[in-house]
Parts: sequence; structure tokens; C-alpha cells
Amino acid sequence: MKKTKKVFHLVKRSDMSRGKALVFRLIAVLLSLIVCAIVIVSITHQNPVSVYSGILAGAVGTKRRIWVTIREVAVLLLIAVGLTPAFRMKFWNLGAEGQILIGGAASAAVMIYFAPSLPPVLTMIILLAASMIAGMLWGFLPAFFKAKFNTNETLFTLMMNYVAMQIVTFCVVLWEHPAGSNSVGVINQSTRAGWFPRIGGLEYLMNVIIVVLITILTFVYMKYTKHGYELSVVGESHNTARYAGIDVKKVIIRTMMISSAICGLSGAVIVSGASHTISTSTAGGRGFTAVVVAWLAQFNPFAMIATSALLVFMQQGSIQIASQYGLNENASDIITGIILFFLVGCEFFIRYRIEGTEVEIEEKAGGAKA
Amino acid sequence: MKKKILTLLMAAAMTASLVAGCGSTASSDKASSSDTSSSDTAASTDDTASSDTSSSGSGIAADQIKVGVIYVGDENEGYTEAHMNGIKEMAETLGLSSDQVIEKTNIPEDESCYDAAVDLADQGCNIVFANSFGHESYMMQAAQEYPDVQFCHATGPSARTAGIANFHNYFTSVYESRYVSGIVAGLKLNEMIDSGKITADTAKMGYVGAYPYAEVISGFTSFYLGAKSVCPSVTMEVRYTNSWADISAENETAKSLIADGCVLISQHADTTGAPTACEAAGVPCVGYNVDMTSVAPNTALTSASIDWGPYYTYAVKCLIDGETIATDWCEGYSTGADKITPLNTAVCAAGTEDAVKTAEDAIKAGTLHVFDTSTFTIGGQKLEDLIAGGGDYEKYKDSVSDGYYHESDVDINGSAPSFDLIIDGITSITE
Repeated sequence: MKKTKKVFHLVKRSDMSRGKALVFRLIAVLLSLIVCAIVIVSITHQNPVSVYSGILAGAVGTKRRIWVTIREVAVLLLIAVGLTPAFRMKFWNLGAEGQILIGGAASAAVMIYFAPSLPPVLTMIILLAASMIAGMLWGFLPAFFKAKFNTNETLFTLMMNYVAMQIVTFCVVLWEHPAGSNSVGVINQSTRAGWFPRIGGLEYLMNVIIVVLITILTFVYMKYTKHGYELSVVGESHNTARYAGIDVKKVIIRTMMISSAICGLSGAVIVSGASHTISTSTAGGRGFTAVVVAWLAQFNPFAMIATSALLVFMQQGSIQIASQYGLNENASDIITGIILFFLVGCEFFIRYRIEGTEVEIEEKAGGAKA
Repeated sequence: MKKKILTLLMAAAMTASLVAGCGSTASSDKASSSDTSSSDTAASTDDTASSDTSSSGSGIAADQIKVGVIYVGDENEGYTEAHMNGIKEMAETLGLSSDQVIEKTNIPEDESCYDAAVDLADQGCNIVFANSFGHESYMMQAAQEYPDVQFCHATGPSARTAGIANFHNYFTSVYESRYVSGIVAGLKLNEMIDSGKITADTAKMGYVGAYPYAEVISGFTSFYLGAKSVCPSVTMEVRYTNSWADISAENETAKSLIADGCVLISQHADTTGAPTACEAAGVPCVGYNVDMTSVAPNTALTSASIDWGPYYTYAVKCLIDGETIATDWCEGYSTGADKITPLNTAVCAAGTEDAVKTAEDAIKAGTLHVFDTSTFTIGGQKLEDLIAGGGDYEKYKDSVSDGYYHESDVDINGSAPSFDLIIDGITSITE
């Protein structure tokens, strides 16, 4: 008699429609919320629905909270958008953190040295330009060495973060106020010189406008321009690119400069548009969080809005559940972790499906015992 | 079939989101209703409320008060823990219920502090406290936006010059408790000299400081002066970690001080890093904020500590009584705002208890001044002579009179410590 056994193997899907994929993702979120609820109940003995509503209230409960959430989403989105061109080229830019810091330091310098004496519009132009140039230079170095000597860009960009951090430490000592306090304090607090202006009375509207503009421009650049095409070919294969007559070195340097300029700009959005100060924690790990945002969204700028909103939503909500239920921010990190786990897992099932087939096993002598 | 399941799940997802949406509105309803219900349940506060109406009439009834607090850390960190205990003490003394106090923990020193402060004001807080130095400018920003809400910031220097009526600074005269803890250290050194363990001229203490900033300098100077008052030959070496709380840096710094010949260690940094190193090396130590005997049972003598309760009680009481909160508030032993943690009698030298009691009584009575200019010199000269000589010392003119430096005198320099001179006998190493 022949025995059969069921074996499982992965089959790549090609037929998943967009709507169906979306449903898969919604199911993943739903499942993750259920798992989170179990975790919340077992660890904290709180009602999960009230914890969720606490998160909801913390993120969008009042008009002011909505704007803070929007402001944070905008910054995270901008950094993720900045990373996209480099990542599409398979240039692993882990230096966003440093590019943000150096861009932020540049805009803080403009706020301190130029803003009090120059007209506001001119200040703003100089400030935005300075932050982009600073970020660009920070990205140029690793790109140049990658193009010329094929150095490892992952390590190079990562190390540049620490250099940027030390430069900012130096700037903090240089600009500290009051002396000896080791902090810069709010720059131009009374005059608001060099701060992003309120538009229509809204504090953070300019942040949003900048981010929307850059996001659309990057989308167009990536999708509809020759540059955008070139960089994705370089990302696929250097040899193919060379065969097609693309100057690989030029594309690497150019793309990375654009990428880091956007990251530098987000430094200005943070410093001039939100915190109005500079410290080594100005970037606050967002340069790395943005990598998650960009990957989860598969480099689609519009999907990035959703992924960055999800992360910021949880982070803002955590402040509320911390004060409401005495759970600290680690509780929301757990929830975020579970949601991310399910989302990443569901991407796998969108791309592959598991199939089981019956296979016959040949009967060997004593095989059953083995 | 598959489609049917999907539709079902979709419907489930939508209901779930609806429920979540309802949940949020329900909870906000609950919050507002609990506000009103608390007014009739708060019976214990009735007397305070009635006494207030008879006195001025412009105060806020105790059961209507809402207090917001912004902490840089949480209960896992000694400095914030001390503040949280102070808030608890205030709520108990004034009979506030738990939903009248909203606490926000782990708020960094950036725009999140502003967000937190205005959010607390939006939630109806009448008074908002923030406990970290770097919160100050964000609190000022919020204070300007909400002139009817009182904003109080610990350790900051700006209220007296900012001219914002509803912005206040507070601190305690922690130099007093540091001085007393210095006496404990000095007596221990004497014991070590008497037993022949060290000689009088090798009596060197080590100090793990956070930043080379007035608050720290004032702290270690008073500690040193306390030790010197009983052990005249003592010297001290100070090293900085450049962080308020960095457990490994504090541990390393303590180790290098011990390697450099220090026979007793104290600290102005928030963690247990230094006492842990001391316990391992068998070197006596004096801590800060919290009792260190949990990590250094055989070496910790005592800790200089602050009780924030008196201020929080004072400030909220001001609102109830309809009085103005002082722009700068700084009290010490006399109001119980400063103290040292219980002496570890197994390690402390004999007679320490009596010496501590004498010094504490003299400080309370105002007969003992920590920064008595006859007890220290700078470059071999008395502070008065240096001030008379002008130059860089000119700025200390107002602070020195009647033979002592008026540290944390709210009328002269505000509530934050201002003594930033390195006196003879102390080596301060800034890298």
C-alpha cells in the first residue's frame, strides 16, 4: 500500500488585485488589534477598548492634538520621501538622522545669525536653502566615495550620523542659553524671527504645505522623469545601466544628493517649524523610523502617508494612555510592534500563498520506525 | 464563499472602528461628568473652600482645581520620583481627588513640552508644573498663550526677568542639605584618619557632577564646606559626566575618581551609578535624591534630598486662597523642603547624629550660613576682597553681605542656585 503525506510549499501570487490586497491589510490590522487587546488585558488588566479610545483621544481628541499629530506625520513623511530615491537605487541611506541634524543645525544658525536683521521672506528662503545644502553635502560624501571607490554606503552613512551629532553638540555649547545650561532654549522666542510663519492663523500649515509639495515633486520625479527612470535601472543592475549608456557614478551622486537634501530640509521643518531649538535629540530617531515607513509603503509616497500616520498616531496616543492609565510609552511600543508584525506578515501573504499537495511516500523497509 | 467571508470581515472591521469611535466620545463624556460629580463628593475640602470665600473670594474652590504636571522622566528615575511624591503629598494635604491631577511622564525637553503644557491647559488645568531645566522656554511660550493658567517651572532662572505674570520658578535650598551631608562625610573622614586608614593630608573626596553649571557648582561647594567644617584638611576633586542621568558614565567617573586617590565619593547626578562603584570598591559615599542603601548597603552614608511637597502644596494653596504665587520660590530646612535621608548608622562615624542635629538646628535658626565667606578663599583671597577689587567679581557684589554669600535668595538672584565660583581646595576637571 502506498502512503501519502501532505507537504506545503510557497507559491508566488500574481493575481492579487489591489482591492483584495487592501482587504488583506485591513484583516491584518484587525487581527493585530485583537492580539493587542489580549496583551493589554493580560498585562495591565485594563479594558482594551478604553485603552484604544485613550490612544484615539490622545492623537486626535482635540483640535490642537490633531495639529500636533499632523505636524509629526508631516515630518516623518518628509524624511521617508527623502529616503525614497536613494532606496529605489538600492543605495542604503541610513544617514537620514545625521542629514536631519545637520540641516537643522544650519537652519538654527540662520535663525540665530540672520533672522533678527533680515526681512522674513528672505530669511525663510536662506533658511530653507541652507538646510537643503547642508543635508546635501552630508549625503554627497558617502555618495562620492560609493561612486568612486565602491565603499559600503550603509556603514558610511551610519557613521556620518555620529559626526553630525558631535557637530550639533558643539553648536549647542556655542549657542547655549543661558550659559552653562547645555541647552539652546527656544530661539528668538519673543520676536519669532526665523520661525515658520502662521498661515491663516494656523501654526503648522506651512510645514504641511512644504511636505505636500515635496512629496508630489518626488513622486513626479521618480515616475515621470528620465532621472527617475535612470535611478531605478541603476538600482536593478549597474551593468544593465552601463549597457544602456547610463553614467552610473553620476546617477549615484545626483540621487543621493537629492535624497539627503530632502532629509536636510526636514531638519528645517523640525527646527524652524516645530521645536525652534536644536539639540542632539532633534532628529529623535525619526531618521530610522522613516526607513520602516518607506519600506512598509513599498516606496509609494501615498502609502507612506498611511504608514507614517499609523506610527505617529500610536506615539501621540501613548502620551495620553500614559497619563490616563499610568502605562508608560513602552505600552504603546508593544502595540505598535504587534501591529507592524501583522502588517509585515500580511505583505508576505499578499505576495505568496501556501499550497498543500499530497505526495506519495515510498515504503522502505522499517521506514515507519525511522 | 470566499467573498462572503471577506464581506463579513469587512463589516466586522467597520463595526470595530465604529465602536472605537464611540468609545472615545464616551470616555470624554465620562471625564466631564466625573468633574461635576467630584464637586459634590469632595466633602473633606469643604472647609478650605468656605474659609477661602470669607478671606478673599477670588480663589478657586479646592474641588474645582485641576493640576497638570509635566515630568522629564517617570517613577523609575530618582529626580522625577521625588517630584511625584511631592505632588502626591500636595494632593493628600489639600484633599484633591486623583482625577484632579493629570500627570504626563517622559516629556523630553523640546516642543513636546510645549505640546504637553498647552494640552494640559486645554484640559482645564488651572496650574501646570514642569520639572526639568530644559522645559523652561516651552513653559514660557505656553504661559504667554494662556494668561489665566499658572505655569510653574522647577530649577529655571528666567521668571524674574521674563516679566510674564503667570510664569513662576521654584527650587529648594538644596545647598543646605548638601552642607549637612558634607558634615556626615567629614566626620567619616575624621574616623578614617583616626583609625590610621588615611592621613589628614590624603583626605580627598571625589564628586561626580553632571554639568559645570551653577546648580552643580553651588551643590558641591556647599558639600565641601560642610565636610571642611569638621575636617579642615579635606580637599575635593570634581569630574563631570555631561548628563543629568547616565548610569554607566557616573559609574566610570566614580571609578576614575577612586583610582585618583579619592577616599569618599558624592554626586550630583540622578542615578545609582556612583554608589554601585563605591560599594564594589568599599569606598564610603553620599548620594543624591534617594536613599542609596539599596545599592550600597555597606558604603552609603546618607543622601542629600529635596522634598518638593511643600512647594506644590504652597502653589496650589495659593490658587485656592486666591493669592498670587511668588515669582521665585526657594525654601529649605525651615519649611521641610530639604532634608537628608536617614543615616546609615552602620557606616556613619560615631557622633554623626548629634552633629547633624546641631547643624540642622543652626540652619533653621538662621545662625549658620552655608556660604560663610570666612570659611573659604578663592586663589588665596577672601570673596569680599575680590569683589572690592572689581573686574569679573563685580557681579557678585549684591550677593555678598553680612559675611556670607546669599545663595538662592529670591530677591537677589532668583530661586535657582547662582554660586558658580571654584573655591580653594576643590579641583574641578572639565574635559
